[in-house]
Amino acid sequence: MEQALPIIIIGTGLAGYSLAREFRKLDDITPILMLTRDDGHSYSKPMLSTGFTKGKSAEALSMADPGKMAAQLRVSIRNFTEVSRIDPDTNQLYIGNEVFEYKKLVLANGASVNTLTFPGSEHANILSINNLMDYREFRQKLNGKQHVLIMGAGLIGCEYANDLLSGGYQVTVVDPTETALNGLIPAFAGKVVIQGLAQSGAQFRMQCFVREVVDHDSHLLAILSDGSQIETDLIISAVGLKPELALAQSAGLDCHRGIITNRYLETSHLDIYALGDCAEIDGHVLLYVLPLMASARALAKTLNGERTQVSFSAMPVVTKTPACPVVVCPPLGQNGEWQVEQDDINIKATYLSAENEILGFVLTGNCVSAKQSLVKEVKGIHL
Amino acid sequence: MKKWECVICGLIYDEAEGWPDEGIAPGTKWDEVPEDWLCPDCGTGKEDFDMVEV
Repeated sequence: MEQALPIIIIGTGLAGYSLAREFRKLDDITPILMLTRDDGHSYSKPMLSTGFTKGKSAEALSMADPGKMAAQLRVSIRNFTEVSRIDPDTNQLYIGNEVFEYKKLVLANGASVNTLTFPGSEHANILSINNLMDYREFRQKLNGKQHVLIMGAGLIGCEYANDLLSGGYQVTVVDPTETALNGLIPAFAGKVVIQGLAQSGAQFRMQCFVREVVDHDSHLLAILSDGSQIETDLIISAVGLKPELALAQSAGLDCHRGIITNRYLETSHLDIYALGDCAEIDGHVLLYVLPLMASARALAKTLNGERTQVSFSAMPVVTKTPACPVVVCPPLGQNGEWQVEQDDINIKATYLSAENEILGFVLTGNCVSAKQSLVKEVKGIHL
Repeated sequence: MKKWECVICGLIYDEAEGWPDEGIAPGTKWDEVPEDWLCPDCGTGKEDFDMVEV
């Protein structure tokens, strides 16, 4: 008897492992082969920016090594493995000259970091942290250092700023926009995030960017766009993510910002699916855990023969910035007005339609406790 | 009364507080929380939570 064809999953991040876990709840027989170009450790990406606050090393943030994951999920895992190409017409993929035939193929290979280019931007002490291996390198390089400059005051930049402060480091955040978490929360809320982090000791250089980095004694010298200079030991680049598209594009899959899928996570090619940060689901690129988990559950059912659409309910985004916690449910559309109650860094703001329906909200400081009750009231952001 | 932490996003389930918004009364032990309960912040299943020492 011919052996059953496997489901092949590319990527062993939260998306890949969550899908395998959900699928195994439904089907214990179909072979699963998981491929990853990194070491295959299971970890939670959102927890990387909380290492110091929770007192966890890079090793402690790894929840399981690939051997343990393979046993637990009854899958085969090949780590440090790069897929050379996919042939969608024959349901085959290539690793070098090795050929693998798949029953179904799932692209769950995540997003890569945006990078800035300026004189000195290739310096070994300028890091992006996008996975556990990056994080391990970051913690090693941080040893014995005092000051960290963070490029980017977005979600990741602010979370690392807060975490490094918890670890006793000095932090300067540089960002070309006027307020923190620009694009995710309105300016009035971004201001208090800066205020909260500043009260905890962070320096902010807003409306500024790093123009050049040079070696200076045993330190780095960052020269900013306004001509000022900051002496630092390590630079974190946190200027956004973009879905990983190269492999999908080379296979001829339709891509836009992400790999285009419908609500069934089906790409433009039969038997190929996309999940997580690499996917653009029905027009939405959602780089958060909540939609990823909902997608993994739906796709597990689909792969088990019960074609299932994914839908998303109100998705609050929680930032791990204890100096000024933030919960935001970004409103879709702009046909409303913010109603803001504020006391110091504590804000409760709702985005109201002309009919007084809540279309979205942002909570900061001790107001974040209102999250659960507000989530239920939100209208119109069910994607 | 114990606390449980979601290993994916860090949410804390405190047995003393329960989760009244989803009908889980204060004082509900983790074992008694329904098996299909999902982390409200990240959607992780109950079996993927880890216990936090208190």
